[in-house]
Amino acid sequence: MADPVIGACGLTRRFGNVAALDALDLAVGPGEAVALFGPNGAGKTTLLRLLATLLRPTAGELRLFGRAVADEGAAVRHRIGLLSHHSFLYPDLTPTENLDFYARMFGTPGRAARVREVLDRVGLVGWAHRPVRTLSRGLEQRCALARALLHEPELLLLDEPFTGLDVDAAGMLSDLLRQAHAGGTTLLLVTHDLWRGFELCTRAVVLVRGRLVRDAPIGESTRDEFERTYVGALHAGGSSGPATGG
Amino acid sequence: MTSSARRLADSVLPAAALVAMVAALYMVFVYVPSDRVQGIVQRIFYFHVPLAIVTFLAFGVTAVGSALFLWRGGREWDRLAHASAEIGMVLCTLVLITGPIWARPIWGTWWTWDARLTTTLILWLIYAAYLMMRTVSGPGEQGARYAAILGVVGAVDIPIINRSVYWWRTIHPAVLVTREGGSGLSDPRMGLTLGVSFTAILLLFAWLLWLRTESARLRDALEDMRQQVVGQ
Amino acid sequence: MFALLRKDLQIEFRTKETLSSLFLLGLLTLLVLSFAFDPTSDLRGEAAPGALWVAVIFAGVLGLNRSFLAERDNECLQGLLLCPVDRGTIYLAKVVANFLFMLAAQVVIVPVFVFFFNVPASLGLVGVFLTIAIGLLGFSAVGTLFAAIAVRTRAREVMLPLLLLPLVVPLFIAGVKVTGRLLPAKPLGDMAPWLHLMVGFDVVFLVVGWLVFEYAVEE
Repeated sequence: MADPVIGACGLTRRFGNVAALDALDLAVGPGEAVALFGPNGAGKTTLLRLLATLLRPTAGELRLFGRAVADEGAAVRHRIGLLSHHSFLYPDLTPTENLDFYARMFGTPGRAARVREVLDRVGLVGWAHRPVRTLSRGLEQRCALARALLHEPELLLLDEPFTGLDVDAAGMLSDLLRQAHAGGTTLLLVTHDLWRGFELCTRAVVLVRGRLVRDAPIGESTRDEFERTYVGALHAGGSSGPATGG
Repeated sequence: MTSSARRLADSVLPAAALVAMVAALYMVFVYVPSDRVQGIVQRIFYFHVPLAIVTFLAFGVTAVGSALFLWRGGREWDRLAHASAEIGMVLCTLVLITGPIWARPIWGTWWTWDARLTTTLILWLIYAAYLMMRTVSGPGEQGARYAAILGVVGAVDIPIINRSVYWWRTIHPAVLVTREGGSGLSDPRMGLTLGVSFTAILLLFAWLLWLRTESARLRDALEDMRQQVVGQ
Repeated sequence: MFALLRKDLQIEFRTKETLSSLFLLGLLTLLVLSFAFDPTSDLRGEAAPGALWVAVIFAGVLGLNRSFLAERDNECLQGLLLCPVDRGTIYLAKVVANFLFMLAAQVVIVPVFVFFFNVPASLGLVGVFLTIAIGLLGFSAVGTLFAAIAVRTRAREVMLPLLLLPLVVPLFIAGVKVTGRLLPAKPLGDMAPWLHLMVGFDVVFLVVGWLVFEYAVEE
């Protein structure tokens, strides 16, 4: 059996005295699509950044692709793609230049062709030669997605990617994610959009105040339970324990 | 640290510091004879020099604490570095005040650009930057980490700075007599007084450092507990 | 590493913001310093090396501030950290980029200095330029490290000068000394130790910066 893509055990991350993540256990196998829900401040972004090796855990163990991040974080970076609130794009450079730069940094073979291909997939070919500064938010987001997909990562981490996208762009993003998932990429999607999460993913995880309160596959019956847990957590100000509908 | 070791430090250190301080004060003002050339003002020297030595020592502690904090982690190293920097800053200020007080009647100027005093001034600026770094940084450990980087870089730089200022002064024609701490101690009682004064200030530093790190440790422990209760 | 360097150069060619601010600030500093000394006074000649270095350092501090400002937009620094690239390499690429920008600004500032301070043009100027280059390398090494830190603090305009100026005092003293000797085209002679100091400074802080940079950018 292949190594789990993500293996987190007792994962904790503190900022000063505040524990953003508290003894989290999570295992995600290859090819899974996991939706990560939770109220604001639950620690979802922190978790994603830990998984992207941008942060180091304060305690606990994290393994990516079977390798311990503490020792070999750098080695797995080229297999991970992160799409975050920020686009990580240089505003004064064009999409082509941005992508070319990242392709060099990731050592992607066949750079020029790959950049063109990825720009084509996100539908940015017409804007490829204007500085990113001049693009609208939706187009910028598409370019950011292109950047995340550029090096064909096996694990794609997405932090509320649908925020601020119009219907067209959101639809395109959904399609792209579905394609990626069909191609074997493991997805971890943080979103407030419950409907999209259920549509795209096969498993859902709920995070409240840094703790995992629910982790179950998405089927018809559990969809309602998830909504109840999630909404309940929102209303209770994030102080609830495990789901009552469980 | 075991609690018995703590109690020991709590009681012995301040007592020792107090005794040494009283002894030093007595010796500086009563026991030691006035310097023939410089007169009464010279007595400041018995405080000025030990203060200078200890403030550099304090920065050394800060540097070591910073390096260990960066490399190994562990808040206790950062607490040590921070406490040492706070106390070191105060000592440094005293050095920069006593220096001119001594210099003015003797050499007729407020400030001598000699290597040690100038390096001390730069050390003061680095202390200031270190302490300021902690307040203007973002939440959590960021401030501590950035300050630690400064601590390490500063420590590497101080010897270089000292050397360059020294060269700067000696290659120029000597305009002012550089204050030489060791020479001119004509009377053995002066050496003794200096030694006692140094011990007193060192003990005072150790005690203040102990107090400060302890209070920081307790404060951190309190914060941790509070977070646990609230987080529940 | 070349990809990183290329990217920084690309951005600069596109916007030319850093170069122009470096140049203008250097020019302004020289101008103000010129007013500080009476044009007919002898002091002017003696103060000239100092004035040049003040201009170099002040412009440099402000230019360095900008180098990480570009990475702030869209959190590009995080984008960089996502790449499978050694943090030390990111540091070195930035140091080289900043060094090149500051050096390029000097190509214009030094001649301006020659005009303002009525310095005799001689081969000594080449030596001065090289000395500035050596100094700027060390300045960039320390400055890049602290610019990365300062840009993430609240008082970023104040922090960088406060951090940097005390630390680069040796470079400044050495630079002024050597420049003072070279300007009237005299041979180095006993000024050589100063150059050794500068080179030593450069090496030491390049190594320290390379080692420590990861702590400056992680969270």
